[in-house]
Amino acid sequence: MSTPNAAEVNAAEVLEQEFLLIRAKILEVAAKLDRLDRAGGAAGSVQLRQIQAGLDILQESEANRAERVQLAFSLDYEDGWREKYLGKET
Amino acid sequence: MYYIDPHIHMVSRVTDDYENLARMGCVAVSEPAFWAGFDRGSVDGFRDYFRQLTQFEQKRAGWSNIQHWTWLCINAKEAEDVQLSRDVIAMIPEFLDQPGVLGIGEIGLNKNTRNEAIVFLEHLDLAAKTDELILIHTPHLEDKYKGTRMILDMLCDDQRLDHHRVLVDHVEEHTIGRVLEAGFWAGMTLYPTSKCTPERACDMVEMYGPERLMVNSAGDWGPSRPIAVPDFIMAMRKRGHAESLIRKIVYENPLEFFGQSRNFVFTPPEINEAAEA
Repeated sequence: MSTPNAAEVNAAEVLEQEFLLIRAKILEVAAKLDRLDRAGGAAGSVQLRQIQAGLDILQESEANRAERVQLAFSLDYEDGWREKYLGKET
Repeated sequence: MYYIDPHIHMVSRVTDDYENLARMGCVAVSEPAFWAGFDRGSVDGFRDYFRQLTQFEQKRAGWSNIQHWTWLCINAKEAEDVQLSRDVIAMIPEFLDQPGVLGIGEIGLNKNTRNEAIVFLEHLDLAAKTDELILIHTPHLEDKYKGTRMILDMLCDDQRLDHHRVLVDHVEEHTIGRVLEAGFWAGMTLYPTSKCTPERACDMVEMYGPERLMVNSAGDWGPSRPIAVPDFIMAMRKRGHAESLIRKIVYENPLEFFGQSRNFVFTPPEINEAAEA
């Protein structure tokens, strides 16, 4: 079975289906950031930097935004972890 | 549509949940061994848990005409006690020939520590020596990417393992590609706040195709939704995907993967219907 083609539904239809949901989620994020500000803000925090990195990705035109947002909120992989933990070369 | 939930912790749920699952079309569940919310204190505590998984839970599922399979291990959250973990791993073979036991799981990493990696490797060794299927838990949130890559490193280092006999669960956008490319099966977990939503699961089906891919609820004692798989079915239908595609992911794929276990027995619901006719 081949990869199901999302393009069978055209972009206008997808936008029609998703517009209100996207709007609602952006609004939700805006309201939560406002709430954070009212509480004094969190300038310099790691979490806020990650949130900002996630928001920056949303403004880019490249694909795979979801994957890149996930990576913005992820710890880095360490190449030498086996040697450090298990005492063996990779 | 009939479906199978390939990862759900029914021990943590009430009998009414089995009834609701059955009403939604669930015909079978697979239940990996899990953390109880507190660390169990002894091997005998695990032995009793495995008796519950292999004996009573099948009976309770059967009250709702749901078939129940299970997997055995000590969870990564309890792996910091390496000696207890080793004692539990040594005890697991007592249960491996019980009906409904599909393999070793859900093993994996939680906070990606050295002790977790040691216990994970010892579980892999048991699975390789006993020729069991493997079901893998990948870590949560910020630990998932690093932990999944560590898990894939360890799996790929072990030349005894057949990648088609390993299911890597809780994949998301940043981990699914590596899992599938390495030849493993992948499971998408539908959770209310963390992990994946039905809509994002549909996106991943559209991007990666349905081969070696499943969806599960991972319903447990925390915030979770046992009937999340029907949510995925609905989301796929709303996008206009074919019933045959949906059925492959929620029914045929679990049967194909689980069918590799020597303990796998399944009575398809169609046969039940034919017997009644």
